[in-house]
Parts: sequence; C-alpha cells; structure tokens
Amino acid sequence: MNGLSPEEWEAVRLSLQVALWATLVSLPLGIGVAVLLARTHFRGKQLLNGLVHLPLILPPVVTGYLLLMLFGRRGPLGAFLEEAFGVVIAFRWTGAALACGLMGFPLMVRAIRLALEAVDPKLEQAAQTLGANRFLTFVLVTLPLILPGIVAGAILSFAKAMGEFGATITFVSSIPGETQTLPSAIYALLQVPGGESGALRLVLVSVLIAFGALAASEWLAQSVARRISGS
Amino acid sequence: MSLEVSLQHQFPRFALDVSFSAPEGVTVLFGRSGSGKTTVVNAVAGLFRPQSGRLVLQGECLFDSQQRLTVPSHRRRMGYVFQEGRLFPHLTVQQNLKFGRWFAPRDADLVPVERVVTLLGIEHLLKRKPGALSGGEKQRVAIGRALLSGPRLLLMDEPLAALDEPRKAEILPYLERLRDETRIPILYVSHSLAEVGRLATTVVILENGKIVRSGPAAEVLSDPEVVPTLGIREAGAVVAAKVLQHHDDGLTELSVSSGRLLLPQCQAAPGSELRLRILAHEVILSLKPPEQISALNQLPATVISIHEGSGPGVIVVLQSGTDRLLARLTRRSAQALALAPGTLCFAIIKSVAIAQRDVGTSGSPLDPFE
Repeated sequence: MNGLSPEEWEAVRLSLQVALWATLVSLPLGIGVAVLLARTHFRGKQLLNGLVHLPLILPPVVTGYLLLMLFGRRGPLGAFLEEAFGVVIAFRWTGAALACGLMGFPLMVRAIRLALEAVDPKLEQAAQTLGANRFLTFVLVTLPLILPGIVAGAILSFAKAMGEFGATITFVSSIPGETQTLPSAIYALLQVPGGESGALRLVLVSVLIAFGALAASEWLAQSVARRISGS
Repeated sequence: MSLEVSLQHQFPRFALDVSFSAPEGVTVLFGRSGSGKTTVVNAVAGLFRPQSGRLVLQGECLFDSQQRLTVPSHRRRMGYVFQEGRLFPHLTVQQNLKFGRWFAPRDADLVPVERVVTLLGIEHLLKRKPGALSGGEKQRVAIGRALLSGPRLLLMDEPLAALDEPRKAEILPYLERLRDETRIPILYVSHSLAEVGRLATTVVILENGKIVRSGPAAEVLSDPEVVPTLGIREAGAVVAAKVLQHHDDGLTELSVSSGRLLLPQCQAAPGSELRLRILAHEVILSLKPPEQISALNQLPATVISIHEGSGPGVIVVLQSGTDRLLARLTRRSAQALALAPGTLCFAIIKSVAIAQRDVGTSGSPLDPFE
C-alpha cells in the first residue's frame, strides 16, 4: 500500500486538530454541567438536561443548520462575534471544532455525571468536617475520584469528533485544508471516479485512530483506578 | 471546655427534642438505633440543620436558630469519626492523616503527627492506601485523621459498630488512651453498654428523640429507673478499682471502696486504676457473711431501694462503700430475705462475672499532650 497523499495527510491532521480542540474546550464545560445536573437542584434543571441531550436526538444535519443560522456571518451570534472580536467561525476549522464539540457534549456529560453519582457524598461530608470548603472538597476529593469518568468522557467526545460528519458538513462545508475532516474527505473521494483507493486508505487511518483512542482510554482508566484503589 | 446542645426538629415520623451539656471527657449518647443519636451528632458537626436550637462550644455559638446563625461545617473544627471510617480512597494513609491539617488555622493547638501515629499504632501503614487496610486499621486511621485536624471536639458515631469483637478489643484501648491523654472533649454515639461502661464519663440516654436520663456515668448506669431502657440483661453498675497485685494462680487482686475483689486475666500493672462493670444479674445477695461458697468476691452493702417492674424480678440498689451496685433478684427472694431500705447484706459477685472486655482503665493524671 502506498503512502497518503499530501491532501490526505492534511485531512488527518485537520481531523486530529479539530477533535483535540473540541474535546479540550468542552471538557471544563462538561464537568461544570455534569456537576450542575448531578449535585444541584434548581428550576430549569430538566430544561438544561434536555438542551444538553438535544444533539443526540436531533438529526445531525438539523444541528448543523441551526449552528449555521446562529453562527453564520449573518446569524445573531456569528455577527456579534465578528463585530466584537473579529472572529469568524462559519466555514473555518474552528466552526468544525464547535460542531464536533457540540455533538460529543452529551456523551461527555453523561460519562462524567455517572462518575459523579457514584462518588459517595459522605466522603465529601468528611472532607468538610476536616475543614475543606466546598470548592476545595471538590478539587481534593471529588475531582480525583471522578477522574476515570472524565477520561472516559473525554475519549468519547474525541472519538465522536473524529467521526462527526452531518453537522460539520452542513455548518462548515468540506473545504480541503480548512474544514475537510476525515469523514468528509472520505465522502468527497467516494464522489469522484477512481477515488476508492484513497477512501480506503483514509478508512484504514480512521480505524487505526479509533483503536488507538480506545486502547489509550483503557490504559488511562486502568492506571487511574490502580492509583485510587492503591493495590 | 464544654459543649452546650439544644436541638429541636420535627421529622415526619418522630420529633427530636434534646438539651444536654457535654463536659470534658467522654460523653456517650446512648440509645437504640433510630433514637436520634446520629442526627444529634450530625447537627453538632454542621452536616444537618435542625429547625430550631442552639449550639455553643467553649463559649462560641455555632448555631442559633433565633439569631439565624449557622457556622458552616468546615469552620466548626470538629473531628468527626464516622461509623464507616470514610477515608479518602485516592490518598495514602499519611495524606489522609494530614488532610485536616491543610485547613487548620495557624493558632490551632496541633498535636504532632508522630505522637498520634504512635498513639494509634499505625506507623507501618503510612504509605498504604485505605483499600489495602483491615476494618480495624481503617478505623484507627480515621480516628487519627480526626485528631490531627486540630479539633476542639471529637465526634465519634459508633466507631466500633462495623467491627467484629476482636477488632473492637483492638481499638478500645486506643480510645481509652485518647480520653486519658488528650484534653479534647469527645461526644461518642453508642448502643453498646460495654463501650459505655468502659469509656463514658457522662452518659446521655436517648429514646425516640428525647433524653430519658443524663448525668455522670456511674450515677446513670446504677440508676434502676433506666434499667428498662438499657435492657435488663445489660443493667449493671460501674465501679472504680485499683490493681493491688497479681497472684500466682492467675487471679488479680483489686481494691474497691468497700473491700477487695479477685479478677482473672487482668494485665494492668499493680497500682493502675480500672473501671469494672458489675452486671446486676451476676450479683447475689446474702444476709449473713457467706461461708463455704464457690464465689470469691463478697462486698458488704446496704440496701438503698428496691424497684419492682412488671415482671417477676426486682432491681435492688445497694450502697457499698462509696460505690453503688445493682442486684437483680426475683421478687420472691426479695420477700424471703425481707429486704428493705437500710437492710445490711453481702453482695456476692461471681469472679467470672467481671468480663475482661468490660474492664477499662480510668483517667490517669499523666498527660503527654500538654
């Protein structure tokens, strides 16, 4: 099998970049929303829960179109961002990262929330009687204990971002070198005669990255679990 | 050094309404499960907010419903030892022990870590994680963690309840040393009379959210009125004793206020002071000095009062020297002996009746933490 062409390498590099940024930026948000959903009671909690899960149930094309309406250069948020900060998201790789992060968000929140719900609140109470306020209790006790869940959530979000197609292509199209990620490159190659061999190469790369992420998450989760149990 | 507690809270199924004060030493909250003991301790720790009440520790108000004042849990500086230990699984024993120290105020009177580690015998565990410890070891680390946070009060919610008998026997001596070697008052929840007899300086008896009786341990435990609450088989008095000498046949001679007792398998050194719990149903009464009888221990006593219950038994309260004893007899024997207040008699105690696990060392004057 011959190597990847420069364009194909570009798609791989761009996909990794988009997925990495999507995961990194949504991680603190995901932890925050998971804490809100798992540990607090407020009016509108169900609404927040529904909104977080929306990308999971809406057709990805619909999510992409909604993003385009909101963040397009004439959309309310897009126009604001361009005027206030000179930032354009539509049809840029940042837009792809936004779409991918959004699509992976429910998976991430779910994993972290499950981990949070498994932490015994009694341990947090114990930390408080020892003098730690709520914030320090979270940092010193809760956060280390939910680390496996955070790792799992991040890997899920990363994998989702690597494979995201519908919302991305609707929102930022498939511009080679700017927004053409692995799935849209594969799709584009399948549209031209004789593109099958290139598509096959990219499919193999996709499979390799997916397995790599899975193996990394297994290894991370195990080493974290070992650290916690101390055996 | 004292804690004033007054709490009221209406739960769907029962009402909590308690007022008591916990002086220096160990104050045991005693009662059946569901009597409200843990709720009281959680309120003192700030983990539960009662509808009304007031908490004052060493003159500082921690909670006052009328002034709408609630000091948050993390500023109360209470060392809480939970029933299940609640050690942080991701930290080593050493990190667990030092957890509270990170937050203790600079002026806090902190006990050196090495001293607590030695006191609790956990030197060899410091590098391990809680997951690799036995139940008894976990509980000792939990006690150390609470002690090292520089607490003004120690709260212990049945710290031995989750352990089997050998593990209990392993930890009780450490609790006694804690009581005797530190000045920190302890509020201790228990439903075991053996623990009460061994540790308590003050006893507060709870039933259905109300206090039935509270006061100095020796007084409360020898009060026949509380016998129904404590359970007839467990009723008994607590008596102070001093070790005189060990005999070659394995018996130890002890002096009490009204005479001498012989006790098997006692390791305490001559001169040390002990507390003995003498169960009411192990005491036999005789009007004459008994001769040719297998029981070794006889103490002269005077009947103070006789309490009749609904059953065929009676509880006789006796004054023996400066101690109070309880004896449980049948009503028929009490009548046959014509027992009445003022009757002089002899209390015969089977030496096997003084169970080893009920023998505790009492407060020693030496205080290595000062």
